[in-house]
Amino acid sequence: MNPWRVIFRREFRAYFSTPLAAVFLVVFLFMAGVFSFSMGGLFERGQADMRSFFQFVPWLFLFLAPALSMRLWAEERRLGTIEILTTLPISLWDTVVGKFLAAWSFSLVALALTVPLWITVSWLGDPDQGVIAAGYIASAMVAGIFLAIGGFVSALTKNQVIAFVVTIVACFLVLLSGFPLVLNFFRGWVSPAAVDAIASVSVLTHFNSLMRGVVEFRDVVYFVSGIFALMVATTFVVDWRKSA
Amino acid sequence: MRELISANNLHKSFAELRAVNGVSLRVNAGEVVGFLGPNGAGKTTTMRMLTGFHDPSSGSVSLNGFSLADDPIPARQTFGYLPEGAPAYPDMTVREYLQFIASARGIARREIASKIDDVAGRVRLRGVLDQVIETLSKGFKRRVGIAQAIIHDPPILIMDEPTDGLDPNQKHEVRELIRTMGSTKAIVLSTHILEEVEAVCTRAVVIAAGRIVFDGTPEEFESKAPASITRNRMDYVFRQLTAPAAEVAL
Ligand SMILES: Nc1ncnc2c1ncn2[C@@H]1O[C@H](COP(=O)(O)OP(=O)(O)OP(=O)(O)O)[C@@H](O)[C@H]1O
Ligand SMILES: [Mg+2]
Repeated sequence: MNPWRVIFRREFRAYFSTPLAAVFLVVFLFMAGVFSFSMGGLFERGQADMRSFFQFVPWLFLFLAPALSMRLWAEERRLGTIEILTTLPISLWDTVVGKFLAAWSFSLVALALTVPLWITVSWLGDPDQGVIAAGYIASAMVAGIFLAIGGFVSALTKNQVIAFVVTIVACFLVLLSGFPLVLNFFRGWVSPAAVDAIASVSVLTHFNSLMRGVVEFRDVVYFVSGIFALMVATTFVVDWRKSA
Repeated sequence: MRELISANNLHKSFAELRAVNGVSLRVNAGEVVGFLGPNGAGKTTTMRMLTGFHDPSSGSVSLNGFSLADDPIPARQTFGYLPEGAPAYPDMTVREYLQFIASARGIARREIASKIDDVAGRVRLRGVLDQVIETLSKGFKRRVGIAQAIIHDPPILIMDEPTDGLDPNQKHEVRELIRTMGSTKAIVLSTHILEEVEAVCTRAVVIAAGRIVFDGTPEEFESKAPASITRNRMDYVFRQLTAPAAEVAL
């Protein structure tokens, strides 16, 4: 078996060995329902699509992704198992990849469980399936970048609660930097190029761009390279912290 | 005999504190080294450098010819390691945990079940294989730690206080196990029980304040006590070697 798959399997199963998995999935689906049907006005808008659901996905993952990522490294450090994990004949990079993919796959399971919503919408009307597919891709990307941020933060501490809170704040900042309110605030006094730069690091900007239904190379590159860079940084932090 | 462990001039500092200060250690196949020293002497820190968990501040480690710094993966393949306190994932069963370790150690999938059965027999875990680790008693957790260290039959074994928390029967069995394995492997184990060194080790290494202060056979160790000391001779030598002179004089 590939080294990263050994880690992946253990981590993925670990999510299901505690009540966390059930709580997470129930909360995710419940909130997804609340957002799409009541707050998003799925019925009132008289239009069968999943926009109302997707537009809330970043806010949903803002709180749920940190709950998945907080234990990734903090728990290993608290239990002392990091000493076994990092002396197994598996490279740290493979371990980081395995852990990230486990957390990400779990969030994809949550997304997959919203398929009944898609069936309902498709049955009620004739939504643009391409836009829906793009929405799912955008949602998976947002989950990925939040989990990568969370994994990095988790590597910095042995306290899961701290990891959770700091991750929410960090994710909130990268999400918010594309918010019109924030951009308008900057627009008053910094150059337009700087405003564009701030907007371009924003998760929300790229998420909305993907959601429009055109899967642009630029946006995918943004997410994938962001995730990759954070995983490289995580590898360095784990390596540095284990010797300190 | 083959030299399996070769540690050269290891130093480790934590901020101001010099935890390990120039430790060199060579261990051949067939040697069981008892690593002794008072609390805080640097035993755990040294073993962490031998396994690559801690990078040394200076110095180098080779395991079975592989440099830990340059060839970490092949080097890590050569040993089994029981860290201090025998950490393990509390919400896995013993079997799941050993399956994880076995596959991480590269044991082929079809061999894993028989390896687990074999190791569970050797450290008496058969009755608890499907119990969640969290619910095991301290001694059983320690046995799980030993099991994961030996499941792949490595040429090198590094064990930090392997018999801590075991009942007298289990202590005896683990010592027998170590003695048996010691005929072909290079084993380093730390302990605070001096009789254990006499019982299982071919060599005693004593560390105090980060430096090696004795390296020799258990017999040589004991014979450092003057003839006038008739009881607890090893304890006496240990105190002489490791306690600051002023304290011994008192
Ligand atoms: N991560 C760390 N950060 C700071 N200091 C440390 C760290 N690890 C160990 N030390 C210090 O290094 C010294 C040696 O510790 P070590 O754990 O190696 O001792 P030991 O010989 O294993 O002791 P014991 O018999 O109590 O297990 C101690 O003073 C300890 O406080
Ligand atoms: Mg110790």
